[in-house]
Amino acid sequence: MTTFAQAVLNGFAQGAIYALLALGYVMIYKATHVISFAQPALMVCGGLFTYHLTTQVGLPFWPGLAVAVLLGALLGMAVERLALRPMVGKPVFTLAIITIGVDIVLRIFANRYMGPDPRIVTFPNGSRRYEFLGLSISHQRVALMVVTLLTVIALVLFFRYAKAGLAMRATALNQETALAQGIRVGAIFALAWAIAGGLAAIAGTFVAAGSAGMEQNTWIIALKALPAIIIGGLDSLPGAVIGGLAVGIVESLTAVYQPSVAPFLGANFALVAPYALMFLVLLVRPYGLFGTKEVERV
Amino acid sequence: MLSVKNLEVVYNDVVLVLRGVSLNVARGQIVALLGANGAGKTTLLRALSGLLDIHDGEVTKGQVLLDEKPIERWNAPRIVAAGLGQVLEGRRVFGEFTVEENLRVGGHTRRGGLGESIEEIYELFPVLKERRKRTAGYLSGGEQQMLAMGRALVAQPDIVLLDEPSLGLAPRIVAQIKDIIVQINEQRGTTVLLVEQNAMMALSIAHHGYVMEHGKIVMDQPAEALLQDSDIRDFYLGRGELATSYRDLKHYKRRKRWLS
Repeated sequence: MTTFAQAVLNGFAQGAIYALLALGYVMIYKATHVISFAQPALMVCGGLFTYHLTTQVGLPFWPGLAVAVLLGALLGMAVERLALRPMVGKPVFTLAIITIGVDIVLRIFANRYMGPDPRIVTFPNGSRRYEFLGLSISHQRVALMVVTLLTVIALVLFFRYAKAGLAMRATALNQETALAQGIRVGAIFALAWAIAGGLAAIAGTFVAAGSAGMEQNTWIIALKALPAIIIGGLDSLPGAVIGGLAVGIVESLTAVYQPSVAPFLGANFALVAPYALMFLVLLVRPYGLFGTKEVERV
Repeated sequence: MLSVKNLEVVYNDVVLVLRGVSLNVARGQIVALLGANGAGKTTLLRALSGLLDIHDGEVTKGQVLLDEKPIERWNAPRIVAAGLGQVLEGRRVFGEFTVEENLRVGGHTRRGGLGESIEEIYELFPVLKERRKRTAGYLSGGEQQMLAMGRALVAQPDIVLLDEPSLGLAPRIVAQIKDIIVQINEQRGTTVLLVEQNAMMALSIAHHGYVMEHGKIVMDQPAEALLQDSDIRDFYLGRGELATSYRDLKHYKRRKRWLS
C-alpha cells in the first residue's frame, strides 16, 4: 500500500509538470487553433533562464523563477510576433510546422548555452524531504505542486473575472464576433503565447531543479504533455490539468508495477504508458475526456 | 455621421461584390438598407465595421467616412472604439457564456463604467436581467437577438449597424425588436443602419431607405416614399399588383438580369 501511495505521489508531482506544459499547449490551441510544437524549447529556455539568473546573476530561487517566468512570457510573445503573426490566415498545418522550426532554432541556442553538462537549478533546502505515513517527498516537489495549484487557481480566476481573460475566451469561441466587439485578436494571440511561455518557464525551472537537471535531451519531457492534452480533450483547460496528472500517475505506477506484473512488456514500458493511456481514452471518447465534440482533430 | 462614397469591394482579389456604393446616414436617423440575398448588404456592413479582412475581402476604391474621418482601412477594434457597433447577422451570441458575460465582452472597449452600462441594457431588455446567469446558447431566438443587440449597445456606440435582426423570429418578436430599435434611436440617440429582408418592418420605422441590387444602390428615397413605390411594393412588400408574367417586371429588375 505504501509503495502504491508513494508511486501515486511521485506521479502527481511529475504530472504537475505535464499539467503546466499541457495548459500552455491548450492555451495556444484555443486562441489560434494551432498545436504549438515550440513548447519543449520554451520549457528548456525557461529552465535555463532560472539557472542563469540564480547562478550567474545571483538571484535567490523564487525571485529568479519570477523573472524567468517574465522572460519566458516575453519569449513566447516574441515567437508569436515574429514567426506566427505574419502567417495569420494560413492553414493551421503550416503554422504547426513553423512552430517545429521555432522549436529547433530555440533549442540550438539553448544547447549552445548548456554544453554537454546538465544544468541544475539549486532549490533552497532541495535535499530535505517531508516524511509522513511512510511516504517521502522532497521540498522541491511539494513546492512544484503548490506552485502548480496556485497557477491553476490564478488562471481560473483570470478567465472568469479579468477583462482580458473573458476576451480570450470570446476569441476562442468566435473570432469574427470577438472582433466585432472591439477585441484586438492579435493581442489575444500574443497573450496566449505569453501565458504559455510563462507556464513553460515554471515547468522548465522545476525540471531543472529536479535530480537530473536540464540536459540537451530533457526537452523530450515536454512531448509527454501531448498525450496529456489529447486525453484531456485538446481545448479544455481542466482537461489539460487532469490529463497531465493522469499521465504522470500512470507513468509512475507503470514504472513501479509493470516490471513485476507484466515483465513481457520489456524494460522502460513506463515511457510508452502515457501513449497507451491516450490510445485507450481515444477509443472510448475520440474527443478526449473534456473536449468539445465538434473540435477538429489533428 | 456616416457616409460611404463610391465604395468597391473585392473578395479573393477577383470577385467584385460592391460596385461603387454610395450612401449617407445622418446623425440620429434610422436608415434602412434593403435588398435581395446576395445583393451585397452584408459585405457593405463588413466594409463599414472593418471585418472584410477575415473574409479575404478588400476595399479597392472609394471611402467610408465616420464623422468625416476615413475609416475604410481601419481594423475592427479601432472602428468599434471610434463608436461604430455592429450586430452581426444570425445573432452570434457567445453560446457557452452567460448572458452577463456576453454583455461584459460587449463592453470590452469601455474604460470603466461597465456596470452602469450593463444596468442600462437590463432596463432596455428586462428579460435579459431575468436570465443574466443563464447560458446564452440556451436562450430563445428572440432573447438571443436582444442579447446580441444589448451586447453591441454596452459599448455605447454613436451608430449601430443591425444585420437582419428579424431573421428567423416570430412576428410578435419582430414587432418587439422593432419597438426596441425605435426606443434605442429615440432615447439613446443612437443612429441606426438597419439591414433587413423584412422590408415592411424596416421601412415602417426608418427615416430613409436604400435598395441594393447586385452591389449597387438602385433606389435612394425617404422611407415613406419607398413604402409607396410600386416597385418596392411588388418586389419587397409582396402586396403590389404584381403581374404574373416576367415580361411585366419593372425595368431595373430586368436590367439586372440581362445587362449588368
